[in-house]
Amino acid sequence: MEVFTVQILKSYLLIGAALMMIGMIGFLARRNLIVMFLSAEMMLQGVALTLVGFGKYYGNWHGQVFTIVILTVAACEASIALALILILYNRRSSLDVTLWQEIREPGQPASEDDLTAEAEAAVVEEGPETYPHLVPAGAEPAHPRDSWTVRRI
Amino acid sequence: MTRFFVNNAWLVPFCPLVGGLTAAAGGRWLKERSHWPVVVGIGLAFLISLGLLGSAGPDQRTIVYEWFQAGDLRVPIEFRVDGLTTMMLSMVTFVSTLVAVFAIGYMDGEEGYPRFFAVVGLFVFSMTGLVLSGNYLLTYAFWEGVGVCSYLLIGFWHSKPSAAAAAKKAFLVNRIGDVGFAIAIFWLWSISSNHDLSYDVVMSRSNLLNNVSPTAATAIALLLFWAAAAKSAQVPLYVWLPDAMEGPTPVSALIHAATMVTAGVYLIARSMPLMIFAPLALMTVAIVGCITALLAAAIALTQTDLKRVLAYSTVSQLGFMFMGLGAGVGNVAKFAVVAAMFHLFTHAFFKALLFLGSGSVMHAMGGVIDMRRFRGLRHRLPYTFWTFTVGVLALSGIPPLAGFFSKDEILVALKQAAHWMNTEDGLGFGWVYQIIYWTAVLTAFLTAFYTGRAYFLTFFGPEKLPSPDDPEAKSDADASHSHPQADAQSHDAHGHGSHFGHESGRVMTVPMMILAACAILVGVVFGPTHLFAHHLDKTFGYERLSPRVTIETSMPEGSAVAAAAAHAESTVVHEPESTDLATISISIFVSSLGLVLSYFLYGSPSPTPSKFAAATGKMYRASLNKFYIDEAYQAGVVRPALGLAVVVEFFDIYIVDGLVRLTSWIPRLLGRELLGPFQNGLIQFYAGVTALGIAAFLWILLLN
Repeated sequence: MEVFTVQILKSYLLIGAALMMIGMIGFLARRNLIVMFLSAEMMLQGVALTLVGFGKYYGNWHGQVFTIVILTVAACEASIALALILILYNRRSSLDVTLWQEIREPGQPASEDDLTAEAEAAVVEEGPETYPHLVPAGAEPAHPRDSWTVRRI
Repeated sequence: MTRFFVNNAWLVPFCPLVGGLTAAAGGRWLKERSHWPVVVGIGLAFLISLGLLGSAGPDQRTIVYEWFQAGDLRVPIEFRVDGLTTMMLSMVTFVSTLVAVFAIGYMDGEEGYPRFFAVVGLFVFSMTGLVLSGNYLLTYAFWEGVGVCSYLLIGFWHSKPSAAAAAKKAFLVNRIGDVGFAIAIFWLWSISSNHDLSYDVVMSRSNLLNNVSPTAATAIALLLFWAAAAKSAQVPLYVWLPDAMEGPTPVSALIHAATMVTAGVYLIARSMPLMIFAPLALMTVAIVGCITALLAAAIALTQTDLKRVLAYSTVSQLGFMFMGLGAGVGNVAKFAVVAAMFHLFTHAFFKALLFLGSGSVMHAMGGVIDMRRFRGLRHRLPYTFWTFTVGVLALSGIPPLAGFFSKDEILVALKQAAHWMNTEDGLGFGWVYQIIYWTAVLTAFLTAFYTGRAYFLTFFGPEKLPSPDDPEAKSDADASHSHPQADAQSHDAHGHGSHFGHESGRVMTVPMMILAACAILVGVVFGPTHLFAHHLDKTFGYERLSPRVTIETSMPEGSAVAAAAAHAESTVVHEPESTDLATISISIFVSSLGLVLSYFLYGSPSPTPSKFAAATGKMYRASLNKFYIDEAYQAGVVRPALGLAVVVEFFDIYIVDGLVRLTSWIPRLLGRELLGPFQNGLIQFYAGVTALGIAAFLWILLLN
């Protein structure tokens, strides 16, 4: 049987860390609740992979047991999160998480989307390579923000 | 049978307490029937007191309950049933019962009727507890209890500013006395064997001989007298009592004439086995009593408010009692204490009677008590007139009424004390007692005169009634005792004065008649027959006051106290004469002279008194203004205290409160100004901050 060397462990850890970071960036950058939730799941998978890697490296079951626990918890979390998302959507007819910023400290100003700055930056940017101009992360094109009482179909 | 009553002595305070609590809790439903539980409770207490009267003995006591124990100090709720206690108990419960019945008529229709009776019940509870208690600490507790009840009842019409101020004054002045009492108790605790504060131990012979040095005895005696001076309104702490007349008249009769104010006299009498070791302290007591008696009598000469005359008369008579106690030096001790307590006893009846009479007058006059606004009421108020007459004769000291015997005994005691002081065993202060004796005679004359003045001004001369619409009657400061309702609205709106100038009802006149009968009889029944003196013989420690008992030779030699004790009790050859023909004739002469003089001056309207007032000018005004004592207190005590209060208030508001506000301001600054912007409601922001935090944490972890 092939020896599970440090080299192999390193690639496990790298992939785990990458998954974790991609998930985190997704969580921080996207405003769609479902995408944020998926990103969080991806972070969890990064952690799980790391644990499995270590478990294999040390030759015991600890890592895998932890992973199974994480999967169980993640499943529970998923069900709760999906139920929550459903309720939030019902109330606001949108999945944009910034619609819920009333939870802030009383007296603090509301933060508004500033699309103009991004657009100007995109125009100015010139370089040897061209990149596609993307809509700022998570900032959906303006959509009618009806009251939550008006259900969008 | 004896033990049965003694073991159940706790019922005496308990019954009024239950009555008072019932009236307090059930006043909402009982309404105008609120007096029932209290009157029944006090009446039961009186019956039990009569039972106790037969069971009294110097060593009869009962422990009801262990109150608390702290270190060596064990304080049981113990009740002592001896001669002094049972005498006070019977007197207090008897007068209380009658006054409570009187109050049914007097307070009728008053707002707060249940409250009044609830506090009266509570007062009788405290007062009976005070005289029953068997140790100093328990006495102190009940001492405070009667003070609180007094405060509550003086301020009964609490919406009236003058009543509220009078209540506050009474309470504060009594606090001053309590300081003395507290220090005396601390001192006794530190020197008595086993730190036991029980009367048994403190005033046991061995304790007094072995543990109490003459200095300590004098100091403790003076501290106890300090306490007594506040409670019993002696110079310089008497100022609260005249103001206490702001309370309803039954309260004045019960608390501020008959019972509570005698608590100080009782305390000194109770501590008499200790006091006799301090002859100088006793002389101080006599001097202060003398000054008080004379000063109060001099003020009473010119007051125009009937109740206030009686209040100053009470102060003066309390001075007499202290003179009597103060005469208890050497072989006169026993006789003097009996004289003082006898005066307390008789005074309770006739002074309560006089106050109830003035209450009846006030009731009939629609709340007016100023003697310039009514005259010649003898035909309109026949019952009040006759009972008041008895009270006046008793207070003046006309034989054979009660006041004569007791006042005469005090005078004799003073004379004996002067005599003893001049013997080889005395301290040579006989001349002081001589002066006190003659001052007392002068005061007796003044007493008869001012009593007669008030009496003739009220009941004799052409009939005159106060006009309800008289604007002067309402605005005049002297009329401030009128009922607030009567002041505020028309008299017809209120039970009082609706039938203007008519005799009070049965419920008020019958107690007065009973008290009048007592005022006639108690002196002659208990005085010359020595019933009273024999009863007081059953008091704990009093056998040592008796000149016939020589002190045992087993006392430690060389002890200073032993020397003092031997000093006090070696001249045992003769018991002092209890009758003194010269004193009796002087006493009768000055009393009659005072009454006759007042009749000629005030029996019918004449210009002589005002001429006399004009002739004496300054003296008259000084007496009218109570010798400016209140003003002196205002300038010397109240204003500095208020000034201090302003400084303290400034310190409190700007420095203490400032620190507190600063402390509360720091979290607000942190939360609202510094950390507030982080709570901006954006989930990503929170997540980012969390991620950065973990990153920083890991970074530190990895670096180390």
